[in-house]
Amino acid sequence: MEATPVLRMTSIDKSFGGIPALSNASLTIRPGEVHALIGQNGAGKSTMIKILNGAYKKDAGDIELDGNPVQFGSPHEAQLGGVSTIFQEVNLVHYRSVTENIVLGQEPKKFGLIDWPAAHRRAQEVLMRFGLDIDVHKPLHSYNIAIQQLIAIARAVSFDARLVIMDEPTSSLDEQEKQVLFKVIRDLSAENVAVLYVSHHLDELFAVCDRVTVMRNGQMIATHDIADVSKIGLVSEMIGRDANQIAKAGATGFGHNHAGGDKVVLELQSLSNGTSVQDASLIVHQGEIVGLAGLLGSGRTETVSMIFGADQPAGGTIRFKGKPGAFRQPAQAINAGIGYCTEDRKAEGIIPGLSIRENLTLALLPRLASRGIIPRATERELVDDFIAKLGIKTAGMEQPIRELSGGNQQKVLLARWLATEPELLILDEPTRGIDVGAKREIQALIEGLSQSGLSVLMISSEFEELIEGANRVVVLQEGKTVTTLEKDNLTEDSLLAAVAGHVDVAAE
Amino acid sequence: MFGFFDRSRDLRTEGVWIAVIIVVLFASLRYDNFLSLYNVQTFFAYNSMFILIALGMALVIMTGGIDLSVGSVVALSSVVAAYASPYGIQVALPAGLLTGMAAGAINAFVITRMRIVPFIATLAMMLGARGMALVLADNKSVSVDWTSNFTKFGLTRVFGVIPWAVIIAAIVFIAFWVILEKTTLGRRILTIGGNPEAAKLMGVPVNRTLAITYVLSGGCAGLAGVILASGFGAGQPLEGLGWELSAIASVVVGGTLLTGGVGSIPATLAGAVLLGLIFNILNFENGQGQISLSAYWQSVIRGAFLLIVVVLQSNKGGSLFRRKAGQPTAEKP
Repeated sequence: MEATPVLRMTSIDKSFGGIPALSNASLTIRPGEVHALIGQNGAGKSTMIKILNGAYKKDAGDIELDGNPVQFGSPHEAQLGGVSTIFQEVNLVHYRSVTENIVLGQEPKKFGLIDWPAAHRRAQEVLMRFGLDIDVHKPLHSYNIAIQQLIAIARAVSFDARLVIMDEPTSSLDEQEKQVLFKVIRDLSAENVAVLYVSHHLDELFAVCDRVTVMRNGQMIATHDIADVSKIGLVSEMIGRDANQIAKAGATGFGHNHAGGDKVVLELQSLSNGTSVQDASLIVHQGEIVGLAGLLGSGRTETVSMIFGADQPAGGTIRFKGKPGAFRQPAQAINAGIGYCTEDRKAEGIIPGLSIRENLTLALLPRLASRGIIPRATERELVDDFIAKLGIKTAGMEQPIRELSGGNQQKVLLARWLATEPELLILDEPTRGIDVGAKREIQALIEGLSQSGLSVLMISSEFEELIEGANRVVVLQEGKTVTTLEKDNLTEDSLLAAVAGHVDVAAE
Repeated sequence: MFGFFDRSRDLRTEGVWIAVIIVVLFASLRYDNFLSLYNVQTFFAYNSMFILIALGMALVIMTGGIDLSVGSVVALSSVVAAYASPYGIQVALPAGLLTGMAAGAINAFVITRMRIVPFIATLAMMLGARGMALVLADNKSVSVDWTSNFTKFGLTRVFGVIPWAVIIAAIVFIAFWVILEKTTLGRRILTIGGNPEAAKLMGVPVNRTLAITYVLSGGCAGLAGVILASGFGAGQPLEGLGWELSAIASVVVGGTLLTGGVGSIPATLAGAVLLGLIFNILNFENGQGQISLSAYWQSVIRGAFLLIVVVLQSNKGGSLFRRKAGQPTAEKP
């Protein structure tokens, strides 16, 4: 007989303002299993999670935890009830100590006051379970995102969780840190704590999950044992297309088979910023897509921000279109013909209160405006044009950008730079956190742009994207260019070996 | 209903307009003289000062900053304008305006070059400008020169009806509205308030834009100081106490978020008018002799009114409202 499932959600309905987000959605999770929930953006994954952890109220349906009907009023109630959620962005108090972050809400007390020695001990114990030996007295923000994420998980588990929900837990982790996370997940599973794992990254599912449930348009499409499915099969269920068609097209929207020109657009020689970048060298020819690979902290973003004039080099040379010299400000780089789509859309890309129109023309403003006045008609025409060209799905150009999906936001940001007609476009993780369909569209778009002569420098943590998209991949390690892989010897194995270098990934 | 004012700003500014309309309707029915030319003239002549500093404050708040110095700068500028009054309005007005802009420029320097947060930088200016006003005026009112054309400026009506103060406020209002809706500067102000990191990476000259807004805010306070001196016939080193808070209140009532990045100039005007109207009505109420409220009570009532409007305009207030009407709350997925 099968054990009582740790979670059973039956026939959940939920709609927002009359539009159904979930209809008749059911989900069963066995004790101690790692269960993946996948689907494109808008498929209903987050709504499902939020109903489970009490952030939303369901319209209809039942939720049972260990066979008992439950209805959590808030994520906090859910946490006390045994269901903890680890959010995409670490949701802790940055300026407080690690200990405080872990014991918050369940502080050990002595005479009605917090017993700090006991609290620190407890925090240390909890973290040791995950092999994390850090100073718990230090404030949270003194540790990197990966460790913060582990702390968040430790906190969740310290609430005697039966089920831990992880929403895109690897989005800010590098390859090595992912392996640590996966080990933690397996440990949880061994202790009979179930994990509901939400991710866009299919590779990860195969690495760590037992079963997978696919959602589409607010409905459950299928649940499989992970051993019984292929990646292609899952993608086709997510997007509702034929599997063969996808296999032919490759795993990304790139179908790269054109070579770049001979003209050198950008050349870096032994570039350094004195700290995280020591010796970065690369060449981008006209019409090429050059990949920039490396682990988190390898200096990829720091390197491109020097190219763009956002940071100043301490040594080495930058030549853009043959002219040596670093830009002192981004405005100069923009004028010279460089565009830079940043890694973190929310923190460094979109202006949330402004409309699509206003967001799209921001980088172009100095050129668009005459004597400081923005010609409204020209602006609207331009925006209309880009919305059509890039297939941005929107209710209209006056819609606030924050209401768009991640993929459409990214298209607006791409349009922002394309509007300035750059010669070099720097893309930092252009498809991170974007659903499969939009991802392929954006990749195809980048490809099309490079074919029409635009040079692209693309930072990416997704090997598929680099392998299928780039003419050449420059690999950074601790701020140094360690190797450049040409198209011919660019494979998953060669890239992994180059990126990991002497770091032994498998050891974790 | 008033969406055309705030295309794309995605703000809930209806509340303040509806409140203005309701208050005007109520008052015009209740008090015979409310819509009289005299009351309307006096109302706008007096409130033009508050409208001016609220408009300047609106731009500053849209960048995500704050300017606590405007009340003191009004006082300082009024003193400077009073001293300059023997040379006529053509000298006194620029003198007051430049005094305000200079104070704004110092704010801007401290904020952008010395990297002090606006709250502290302008708090220091609030204390400094007040002290400067008292020093210059020797701790008493500075009479204006009654023989020059400076006093005429306070008394003459353009076309026989519109006070000069109102003309000045109207010009600034239109200029700021155009700045926000049509110019690069306006777009940059909202960009910086919305996402300072992104603004830098898009080549927005952050420091220059911030400096301009603080100088504009100071300039508004300077103009208000000139109006104060001409209206009262004296430079008033002790006036303007707490005016910065009235200005902030007007901006907030107008739906502009204190976090920056969004905002509306017309709704700020409406906010300033609304706060002024409440004051005006209380005066009428006292005048009818049925009740007698001291100025202290007026402040309490203004505070309560401010809270009501802000709560109604916030999403929470909206949903509070909807729930009462028996409808489920709408959430965003």
